[in-house]
Amino acid sequence: MMSRYLRFMVPLLLFVLLVALLYRGLSLDPKIVPSPLIGKPMPVFSLPQLENPAATLGDRDLRGKVSVLNVWATWCVSCRAEHAVLMELANTGKVNLYGLDYKDERDSAQRWLAQLGNPYIANAFDQNGRVGIDWGVYGTPETFIMDRQGIIRHKHIGPLTRAVLTNEILPLIAALEAETQ
Amino acid sequence: MIPELGQFALILALCLSMVLAFFPLVGSLTNTPGWVAIARPAVFGQFTFTALAFACLVNAFLVDDFSVSYVAQHGNTLLPIMYKVSAVWGAHEGSLLLWALILAGWTAAVALFSSKLPSLMLARILSVMGMISIGFLSFLLFTSNPFDRVFPAPLQGGDLNPLLQDPGLAIHPPMLYMGYVGLSVAFSFAIAALIGGKLDATWARWSRPWTTVAWVFLTIGITLGSWWAYNELGWGGWWFWDPVENASFMPWLAATALVHSLAVTEKRGAFKRWTVLLSLLAFSLSLLGTFLVRSGVLTSVHSFAADPARGLFILVFLCIVIGASLMLYAWRAPDVTGGGSFDLLSRETLLLGNNLLLVVITAFILLGTLAPLIYDAFGWGKISVGFPWFTTMFVIFTPFMVILMGLGPLTRWKHDEPGRLARLMKIAMAASVGAGVLAALPILHDGSLWVGLAVLLAVWLVASQLLSLRQRHRNHSSLADAWKSFRAPGGSSYYGMVIAHLGVAVFIIGVTFVTQFDVEKDVRMSPGQSVEMAGYMFRFDGVSTVQGPNYHADQGSIVISRGEREVAHLKPEKRTYTVQRKPMTESGIDAGLMRDIYISLGESLGNGDWSLRLYYKPFVRWIWLGGIMIAIGGLFAAMDRRYRVAVKRRVAVPGQARSDAVTQKANA
Repeated sequence: MMSRYLRFMVPLLLFVLLVALLYRGLSLDPKIVPSPLIGKPMPVFSLPQLENPAATLGDRDLRGKVSVLNVWATWCVSCRAEHAVLMELANTGKVNLYGLDYKDERDSAQRWLAQLGNPYIANAFDQNGRVGIDWGVYGTPETFIMDRQGIIRHKHIGPLTRAVLTNEILPLIAALEAETQ
Repeated sequence: MIPELGQFALILALCLSMVLAFFPLVGSLTNTPGWVAIARPAVFGQFTFTALAFACLVNAFLVDDFSVSYVAQHGNTLLPIMYKVSAVWGAHEGSLLLWALILAGWTAAVALFSSKLPSLMLARILSVMGMISIGFLSFLLFTSNPFDRVFPAPLQGGDLNPLLQDPGLAIHPPMLYMGYVGLSVAFSFAIAALIGGKLDATWARWSRPWTTVAWVFLTIGITLGSWWAYNELGWGGWWFWDPVENASFMPWLAATALVHSLAVTEKRGAFKRWTVLLSLLAFSLSLLGTFLVRSGVLTSVHSFAADPARGLFILVFLCIVIGASLMLYAWRAPDVTGGGSFDLLSRETLLLGNNLLLVVITAFILLGTLAPLIYDAFGWGKISVGFPWFTTMFVIFTPFMVILMGLGPLTRWKHDEPGRLARLMKIAMAASVGAGVLAALPILHDGSLWVGLAVLLAVWLVASQLLSLRQRHRNHSSLADAWKSFRAPGGSSYYGMVIAHLGVAVFIIGVTFVTQFDVEKDVRMSPGQSVEMAGYMFRFDGVSTVQGPNYHADQGSIVISRGEREVAHLKPEKRTYTVQRKPMTESGIDAGLMRDIYISLGESLGNGDWSLRLYYKPFVRWIWLGGIMIAIGGLFAAMDRRYRVAVKRRVAVPGQARSDAVTQKANA
């Protein structure tokens, strides 16, 4: 008897699965997913630079100072929205801002920087996203903040806004700078 | 005082929607005519009070009543009047109120124009719409009240997001919501039919024009959104596969499938269960879109303020509406049987193929949109789905769809001969393959297979629609005859189909040509300097400062010429809005059917030098032209006399609808 209805329950079952997923999603705010990497040293990496494939950028370049690593890509709309804020961050002159260009094409990425301005000291070019995996990149844009010892102290997921900048990022950087060497 | 009036009106509307959801439905099941009769007055009351509440909020923006917290956040005394009004739907609370108003409007329209429906059916439809209304009105009142006061009131408001201060965006949300919410009509028709247990051709005929109109609005809304993005975001893109865009595209795809399967159900009585399921799916996807946009489960540039309480509310609402309707479907659908049989090669099969393709594309987009969430929820690691994934998916499925679109109108219902079809289509096949190969050859350009494929598909579509037109007019010797055939029942919906399908051809050409042949150049220019690109000379005449009502801007001046002739004088701006301090690019665009020239102003480089971005975008207008043609086609289809004739016939013979249904059942 039930078999008569079973076929027509398929949409309902699919919907139940979807609801379970969405319910889970509510408690997983994509903006504050805690990263297991926080408090750990940054992953070791070395990649060709975006601007100059002959040179490399790696974790060693980021050590010894408070640094910020921003993960971005040209196909990412939120990154475009975020870019003006990054320019502002760079213009404060208080920050060592590096970029990780994630799963991107070199040409379009270079054009992007030429068009929108380049806030980064240098960019690592992660063409196949391999290094992104080590960093636990969830979706662009993401921003990591490291202290002088190269320990990841903070991760921001999603576009940086002016409010996040003034309320979270800049105070944290100031605090890290103030830490004893 | 007036905001309190608005709040009170909203509460009354909620009460009336509760009345509407309960009495007519129960009355229709217990056969209590008095209860059934409550439906229409309740509908009109609900509409009046929702409209009153909306008017109160508009007024609060017009008079800059910053004691209302929503107005204080998004209004400003300096906003031009047009944007004061559009600021009403510029953020979460107000846009939800607009949503509720449009829902009340659709409900009132159904009550007004469906007086010929059997009263029990109409009562059920209106009750279902009342239930949806309860959900949205209580969402408004309990989690997102637009009339909340703030004390002390600030002297100046926070201003409307500058991105939204654009005419395209002032009308884009209302159009989109008309489409989203319009799908609730098809949904309610389907639920009412499931409750009554009568899923027949008559149900499909009633539901069809409503569905088509909603689909037209959705088409216009999405097209406008794309046009706005192109104008306003300053880098010449027109679609980004952002979760919010996907949220509008998925219901559109489902509604497109629905429009087609309703045709089969109406004309041939087939696919009944599938059509009902699609009706449920289309509206469910528009509710899901609401959830994704407003709950903050996904990151997107146009997310509304995320609030878990709101997310939970919509999720519960989704569960009730979609869960209950799918349960009803699982319970009733097994009893729905019959419908015309058809052979493997028949128009039914082709339409089924088109439906499946559309649903599969929808599923892929849903998967792509939810993928980050799925991965995270299962702890599989991290993922981001970008542009390339969606585009690849689309490029894979579109050709199949287009082939079916060409064949469909020429194939007979029920049964057709492969030989006949092949003979009929051979010109179209030869023309499209020939044109495609020619276009792919490296004569005119560096030879891209994509261009060849696009031309092949477009020519195939155009040729097959022309063949179908010729077949239709084989027996018409004069224009008058042709006009008569247009006016006849079924006529304008046929032409609507042709226009919409041609619109798809236009769209394909636009998308492919603009992605393959656009030229873009970044330049540093000093005043007086000229640059050449794509055969045009661009002379930069420097930048001046201009003052807008609520912004100031650097305005560049570029004169574009071709040979001796001056083509255009463009003035791209870089605006800074006074309150929100957001820099905004206002591109300078010289639009044309065959190409756009698009300039956006970059950064000042000192000494009067500026960086500029120049784009040459061939055929970009065809993208939106295609969208407009699709919408016009839909309008033609909705205006078909058939629906009115059917209504008139029912007036002449009372009880006709019912006996129709009985015969249907007997046949089954």
